[in-house]
Amino acid sequence: MKAALRMAVVAAGLLLVWQAVVSATGAQPFILPGPLAVAAAVAGHTGLLLSHAGTTLAEILLGLGLGAALGAFSALVIAHVRPARLWLLPVLVASQAVPVFAIAPVLVLWLGYGMASKVAMAVLIIFFPVTAAFYDGLSRTDPGWLDLARSMGASRWRQLLRLRIPAALPACASGLRVATAVAPIGAVVGEWVGASAGLGYLMLHANARMQVDLIFAALVVLAAMALILYFTVDRLLRLAVPWQVDTLWREHEKEPVEP
Amino acid sequence: MGEAAPDIEFAVDIRGAALSYGGAPLFDELDVRLEAGLWTCLLGPSGVGKTSLLRLIAGLDGAAAGRVRTGPVAYMGQSDLLLPWANSLENAVLGARLRGERPDFDRARRLLADVGLEHGLQALPATLSGGERQRVALVRTLMEDRPVVLMDEPFSSLDAITRHAAQDLAARMLAGRTVLLVTHDPLEALRLGDRVHVMTGRPAALESLPVPDLAPPRDVRDPAVLAAQGDLLARLAA
Repeated sequence: MKAALRMAVVAAGLLLVWQAVVSATGAQPFILPGPLAVAAAVAGHTGLLLSHAGTTLAEILLGLGLGAALGAFSALVIAHVRPARLWLLPVLVASQAVPVFAIAPVLVLWLGYGMASKVAMAVLIIFFPVTAAFYDGLSRTDPGWLDLARSMGASRWRQLLRLRIPAALPACASGLRVATAVAPIGAVVGEWVGASAGLGYLMLHANARMQVDLIFAALVVLAAMALILYFTVDRLLRLAVPWQVDTLWREHEKEPVEP
Repeated sequence: MGEAAPDIEFAVDIRGAALSYGGAPLFDELDVRLEAGLWTCLLGPSGVGKTSLLRLIAGLDGAAAGRVRTGPVAYMGQSDLLLPWANSLENAVLGARLRGERPDFDRARRLLADVGLEHGLQALPATLSGGERQRVALVRTLMEDRPVVLMDEPFSSLDAITRHAAQDLAARMLAGRTVLLVTHDPLEALRLGDRVHVMTGRPAALESLPVPDLAPPRDVRDPAVLAAQGDLLARLAA
């Protein structure tokens, strides 16, 4: 409840700043529409916005699922298979030197204007933070646990299954949080390059027709979607890794109460 | 330690072991024998190679030279090494889980009840006290059911009262096994050890010290134990 109140205060503050900028600069509505104009646009185009938001959300979720699975799998492979670590890790790092934005047109060329190219884009953006964070976690298992496991006669495979993977889950969760935050970027960039549906496509379309209020309306819907997605994933990850104590939040809860 | 009489059975027999740590030799031509069924306590200054010797017997590190003969070994480290995501019962059966065997939950429950944790079976380690966590670790060690048990300062993180209780418990639960206990606490060694060895020098050598003629765990108020503790402390400080 307190958190919700804080969110509401922050949102109201941002809206006030927005309106203040519009009033102070006297910006024309086709340059920078005020919050009320955007709210009217959202209300006036609800059906249109929702149908395009559905497409974008589907792209994001598919990209997130596939990207997280691919990222986790590649982290497991490079952690468990030594030759893969030596040969694949440099390739993974090098792959990040190619900006996804630069290959977006090529992906559309290869995979078409449909959903596939956008999902591929999201996967490319998502899988690396998941791989990097999960691999980092897998490589930092407490040496004491591994000694204990060896004295108990555990195979490398069972050490991975019973010790390394559970111990790396908090790190993997951090990677998934980053991935969730960047996933919408991949989908929207894909839609900008070439699409027939989605919020990115809608924004581009509205931009060409100077419907600035609709651009902002699409932006608001996209931001709301990204926020809800992030907090949902964050919540699920906290439930999945309950033994990982959040010391910052605990410190917050233990703050002395004012008399 | 000289030639053994033929009627003494050794559970661990190390001959001419050499081991170096970070380039510097820790020991060279080291002979160690642990008599079967007895507690051997090992004292000595930090960095002399006690933990290295323990790891050598546990098979965690190999020796540069020499021969190590030992029965199957269970290992208990300085920290409890409990898995934070697993409850007491699951931590107790970790060995079976790691070998892909079917865990003997009945035995684990019985042993956890034996150490007074019958109500903490489902508790995660974070909700247990230091002494309770160490008891779960002891049960995990017992679940391995190995004739030789190696313990590296297992009680050093506990407060004096809890440590005393943990020593009694370990002495009771590990009776009949061959135990090598590395410790910094002279009183602990004299309470629990059938044999007390001091490891000193570089390359390190072992020296056997006399222990009070009482059955362990010995009473800490016993004058012989207290006198031996004073002698041992003076010897270690020298």
